[in-house]
Amino acid sequence: MNTQEKVLDVKGLKVSFFTDDGEVPAVDDIDFYVRKGEVLGIVGESGCGKSVTSLSVMGLIPSPPGKIVGGSIKLNDEELTKASEKRMRQIRGNDIAMIFQEPMTSLNPLFTIGNQLMDSMLIHKKGNKREAKKRAIDMLKLVGLPRAEELMNDYPHQLSGGMRQRVMIAMAMVCDPKLLIADEPTTALDVTIQAQILKLMKRLNVELNTAIMLITHDLGVVAETCERIVVMYAGKVVETGASIDIFKDPQHPYTRGLIQSVPDMRYKKQRLYSIPGNVPKPGSIKTGCRFADRCEFAFDRCRQEDPPLYHTAEGRSTRCFLFDEKEGAAHDSRATVES
Amino acid sequence: MGEPAKIQEPPAPVQPQEETISPWKEGWRKFRKNKIALVGTSIVLFFVLMAIFAPWIAPQGINEQDLPNRLQPPSSEFWFGTDDFGRDIFSRVVYGARISLTVGFLAVVGSAAVGSLLGILAGYYGRWVDTIISRLFDIMLAFPSILLAIAVVSILGPSLRNALIAIAIINIPNFGRLIRSRVLSVKEEEYIMAAKAIGMSDARILFSHVLPNSMTPIIVQGSLAVATAILEAAALGFLGLGAQVPQPEWGAMLAASRALLVQAPWTLFFPGLAIMLAVLGFNLMGDGLRDALDPKMKT
Repeated sequence: MNTQEKVLDVKGLKVSFFTDDGEVPAVDDIDFYVRKGEVLGIVGESGCGKSVTSLSVMGLIPSPPGKIVGGSIKLNDEELTKASEKRMRQIRGNDIAMIFQEPMTSLNPLFTIGNQLMDSMLIHKKGNKREAKKRAIDMLKLVGLPRAEELMNDYPHQLSGGMRQRVMIAMAMVCDPKLLIADEPTTALDVTIQAQILKLMKRLNVELNTAIMLITHDLGVVAETCERIVVMYAGKVVETGASIDIFKDPQHPYTRGLIQSVPDMRYKKQRLYSIPGNVPKPGSIKTGCRFADRCEFAFDRCRQEDPPLYHTAEGRSTRCFLFDEKEGAAHDSRATVES
Repeated sequence: MGEPAKIQEPPAPVQPQEETISPWKEGWRKFRKNKIALVGTSIVLFFVLMAIFAPWIAPQGINEQDLPNRLQPPSSEFWFGTDDFGRDIFSRVVYGARISLTVGFLAVVGSAAVGSLLGILAGYYGRWVDTIISRLFDIMLAFPSILLAIAVVSILGPSLRNALIAIAIINIPNFGRLIRSRVLSVKEEEYIMAAKAIGMSDARILFSHVLPNSMTPIIVQGSLAVATAILEAAALGFLGLGAQVPQPEWGAMLAASRALLVQAPWTLFFPGLAIMLAVLGFNLMGDGLRDALDPKMKT
């Protein structure tokens, strides 16, 4: 893999929240990268550290109580964890843009759409008011909104959720960022609109060659849009790989559970599969694999040692002792488990 | 990336064209429908016009003594009667509107400005900034407001200007706490995070996002506070700590006529009526504004 191709390179990132009950690690030693022009999916249940990861990249971890305690975040070889707040402000919106989960509340109700679209360009000095206005109208057209000129003077409450999310995307793309972080961009939308927004993002990714880091808990979303996937569990990366490979052959028991819990229209099942138990509270598991309590394959070693990330195939790795060469033979039962 | 580049995408649904309505315009629309609020606004407007055109409305000067006509009851010549110096009470009440409204408005503008600034800082930055400012407000609110005003005036010396300053100071914590709580909720809104995500600076976020979205309670509280300020100015005037004789301040007029309650009740009645009507007007208008602008009332 060519290092120059990486837009974003996160290594050993650790983010902790310092609460009255002591230090709570929300993200614990995670590595991932996003290549130029690719769509990377970050998947996991609520509370596994997906959003904390994205906010760390933006330098927007609420501090206190949050703090990046270790690791590095590199944007085109520039270290972000040590960048000044002033530099981060230049990067935000210009090099990295972000869209949020709730399109209904991510726009300021008191300002017009045009006003908010132009703000980003004016902040980053991408031209004067007239140029910003022209670019804003072009962006509204690009994200597929009709009557763009009139929309500029509309207030957010006049738009539907899907339209607002398109506006948010336009706002994010207006300065032509290298990386777009989308934090559950379709969760708050209904299913038909979800598909439209995903297609729009994919189209912008192809047309403008902007890398996208798509954060979601919805595997269906990932399957449609992402080239590579990072599966997170309780603040750790448990599996990474090309999305086709992971869907075909999930290795980590957690990933397998996730894929099994997606409803499949082709088969009529009595009950949908669900992984037993809940995501452990951050900081509650001190030793062993964090998934051990919910894992049907767990054996003694899982409860005593923390498994490392095993490199299992080209571009794939899994954090599970089942892939340890020594254990592999003894516990090769995984191949026989129903898929 | 072997993704196919051709992706079909349906256009976003076209929304029926409607008139562009800003949230402020919508508030005005609701306000207009509220009859009681309109009555309040009319009363306020009436007093404002009276204050502006006082020299043309008042038949006599405020301090023109007409000793042969002392303590005349209301008549066609002296609408509100005359006091013990033979001064026309109607003229004095009309001029009194100037004093009361000026004190009311200036005191509220002053306390709203200082209170909002402190409230925004406390709410947005939190931690020790919040602790210091909030405890300061608590200390000020621990005193009954009129007592605090009396204390401030006794330090500064009794005069109309000092009464105004005292009223402004005692109202600061009301605005400050209101804005602080509003900012606490506004700053958690996603559009604030979105503004940060496009690289906006703290100062810009405070003044172009947080402040405008915290404006409605300031306006509502402001109109209600004018009523309180007028009342407080009258109280200070009555106690001899505000406007000084012979200024035609309503409270001071009441105080001066105390002894004449039985002999010439009109000397008390009309200044008292003026105070009551002015306070009523601002209160009704404030209530109407709250109904029209308060986000909690929105359906």
